[in-house]
This record gives sequence, structure tokens and C-alpha cells, in this order.
Amino acid sequence: MTSVSHSPAVEPKPVFDWVLGLAVAAVVGFYVRAIYFTPIELQQGVAQKIYYLHLAGVIGAYLSITITALMSIVALWLHDQRADHLAEASAEVGLVFLTVVLTTGPIWGHKIWGAWWAWWEARLTLTLFLWFVIVAYLVLRGAIEDVAMRARYSAVLAMLGALLIPFIHLSVYLFAARLHPMPVVLKPSRPSLSSEMLTTLLLSLATFTFLCVALIRARYRLAVQRDLAAALDVDGGVA
Amino acid sequence: MSNHRPPGTFSSAWLLARKDLAIEFRTRTAFLSALVFAVLALTIFYFTWDESVVSPNDRAPGVLWVVLTFSALLGLHRSFGLEEHDRGIDALLVAPISRESIYLGKAIGNLIFLSAIQVVAIPSLALFYNLPVGRPLFIVSGIVFLAMVGIVAIGTLFSAMAVNTRLAELLLPMLSLPFFVPVLMNAAQAGSRIFAGRPVAEVMPWLRILIAFDIVFVFACTLAFPFTLEE
Repeated sequence: MTSVSHSPAVEPKPVFDWVLGLAVAAVVGFYVRAIYFTPIELQQGVAQKIYYLHLAGVIGAYLSITITALMSIVALWLHDQRADHLAEASAEVGLVFLTVVLTTGPIWGHKIWGAWWAWWEARLTLTLFLWFVIVAYLVLRGAIEDVAMRARYSAVLAMLGALLIPFIHLSVYLFAARLHPMPVVLKPSRPSLSSEMLTTLLLSLATFTFLCVALIRARYRLAVQRDLAAALDVDGGVA
Repeated sequence: MSNHRPPGTFSSAWLLARKDLAIEFRTRTAFLSALVFAVLALTIFYFTWDESVVSPNDRAPGVLWVVLTFSALLGLHRSFGLEEHDRGIDALLVAPISRESIYLGKAIGNLIFLSAIQVVAIPSLALFYNLPVGRPLFIVSGIVFLAMVGIVAIGTLFSAMAVNTRLAELLLPMLSLPFFVPVLMNAAQAGSRIFAGRPVAEVMPWLRILIAFDIVFVFACTLAFPFTLEE
């Protein structure tokens, strides 16, 4: 959407992001395996298959959020714009993965727990509040034009957000411990995973970690180019 | 206090808090609007439940926390919005005081402002919901104060950030509310048990998290505040 065509020196040429292409191909390949070549779990039935996406979403989300938090510290300390771009990119990718977790979790829960949402499930509730923090982070970024100020503000928010995680976790845990027993549905299925299911699960982790990295990489390049375009707009006086 | 040396962190923070409160005391705009909001919300919430199903005693704690949160947001926005007129913040920045003391001053001012609202709101709650005035109400007031420390610590910092963005006051709730979650969750859990007549010892686990939150975020936000100012 950001056009830089007014400056002939940086005429954009369409490039194929082969890393992202490969990642998408891997995801497609993975689903063929998960759907057609992995046995159906005895107790949970077909609903268990959502797990291959759900768990992968969790891995992607936590990987992205960790990168955002670490890069925010780097951005604040070293005033490195690349770190800020990387934080922005992984926050947005993290939001996508968190959304996957929050969509698949209730669908699975509805089948297994008999309820769409379980407030006593500490991980699900924590994910919801993380989602809110990441949304706030991205809205904050969008509301500031000054590049240096945007980097500082968003880094402060990301670091406070990282501090918030243990408090939300503790609070939900305490709330849950007084009301309900911890979920036991998850536990028995673990040891009974067949070797094919375990392979599929490990493959899903590898595939989605790859997809996560590829998405962050693509989004990082977009962030760099957008700031470049914005700088050109200012320098060239073209609004 | 010597007239030749610049005041220390806490005395300059107190000076700043007094300045904000003096402005508020003379104009009373934010205070009155937050107070009217609080009392009005208390009365409106009364009609959101079926009285024959849920007793006023049971819904009072929930109403208390909702009213506290949103009247806090009204007050917090004003905190740095005040300095935007005539770029008052620039004057604060060139003053020979540390940046941490600007934050602490603002936070103390906000805490007193919010406490003043609660001094009216909590008795109003007791009045409208026919709560017994006694020990539980005093303990809950203490929990409210603990919750307000955390809310003010977070809210003051985000208020400083929000005024410099394009969205201004729209951004403050979006930034603050996720951070208020652990505060409200634990305060509400502890508060509803106190209202139900349980002893303080039983609610200690919630109060411990609340106190830990206050300590961690007062420190973290004081340290983070200088980064939100122009360099």
C-alpha cells in the first residue's frame, strides 16, 4: 500500500519471499499428514487433531512474544532501530498465533470440556489477556508518528507487559485452585500418544516454528521498507 | 528545607502533587465529573439485576470494582492532560527536579484524587445497596486502597504516554485495562469474601499478590517513566 514510486532510485520490484513460500508449503504438507496419515485418538476422537494446530499456535505465540520482549530491551538500551522493527514484526505475528490459540482452544474445549470457555484454565485466560496487551501494543505503535518516540513507548509497554505475565498467571491460578480441580483431560492422553501421533506433533512444532520465523522475517522487511518510504516522503516533500 | 539547594525527590514530588491538587481544588471539573459518574453508575447498576434473584449484598462488590476502575480512568487521563496546555510539561522538564519525582508527584496527586472519590463512593454504595456499616466495609476500603496504588502506578505512566499520541484519551483504557486485570481480580476476590463475612486471614493469598503487584509496578513504572519523556 505504501507507494515509493515517485522516487526512481528505489523503484520496487516484486520479489518472491521464498522462505515464506517454503513455510506455507511445509504447513500444507504437514496438514496432509495430520489429516490423512495420523490415527484418530481413541478418547477424544477427531477433536484431538485440533491439538496439532493449537499447540503449534502456542509455540509460535510464545516464541514471537519472547522476541518482542527481548528486542524491546535491546531497542531501549541501544537505540537500535532494527531491534524496534523486529519487536514490531514479532508482535504482529504473535497476535496472529495468539488468535489461532484463542480460536482453536474453545473449539477443542467445547468438544472435550463441554464448554466454550473455561475461566479456570490458567493458560487459556492468560492467552486472552496477552492478546489484549499485544493489541494495545500495536494500536499504540499506530498512534505515534515519531519513530524514536514510537520505539521508546512501545518498548516500555512490552517490558511492563512481560512483568504482567506472572501476575496474571498467579491470579488465574489462585482463582482456579479455589474453585475447580486442574484440568486432567490433557494429562492421560500424553503417555498414550502413539509413535505416529508423536511424530506428527513434533512435525507440527517444527513446521509452525518455521512458519513463525518466516512470517516475522517477511513482516520485518515490510517494517523496514515502510519507514524508508515514510522517510522518503518527508525528505522529498511528497505527501 | 534549605532555599539554596534543589529539593529532593520526595519533597519535589509532594510539591508537584500539591500543585495538581490545588488546580483541581480550584476548578473541581475533573473531580465533580468523576464523582457524578461514580454515584450515577452505582444507581444505574442497581437496576441491572433482578432484585428477587440476586441480593444487593451479592452484587455490591462487583459494582464497586467497575465503578472504581472507570472513575479511575476519568481521573488518570486528566493527570498529564493538565500539562499539555501551554506545554506545562516543558516547564517541569527544565525544573531542577529528577524525572522520577515528576512521576511520583503525579502518582501521589492521582492517588489522593481517587481516594477522595472513593470517600464518597464507598459510603454511597453502602447507602444505596443497604450494606451493613461495620468492620467488613472498613476492610474492603483498605483493599480498595491497595488496588488503587497499583491502578495509579500503571495509569499515571500510561497517561503520560497516551497524551503524546494521536488517540490521546481513547488509548488510555486500552493500555491500562489489561494491566488492571490482576489488581481487580485479586481485589474483587478478596473483597467479595470479606463482604460475605469471612476473616482477613482467609483472603491473605489474594492480598499478597495485590501487595506484590503494587511494589513491583510502582518501582517498574518509576524507572520506566523517564523513557516516556522527550530526550
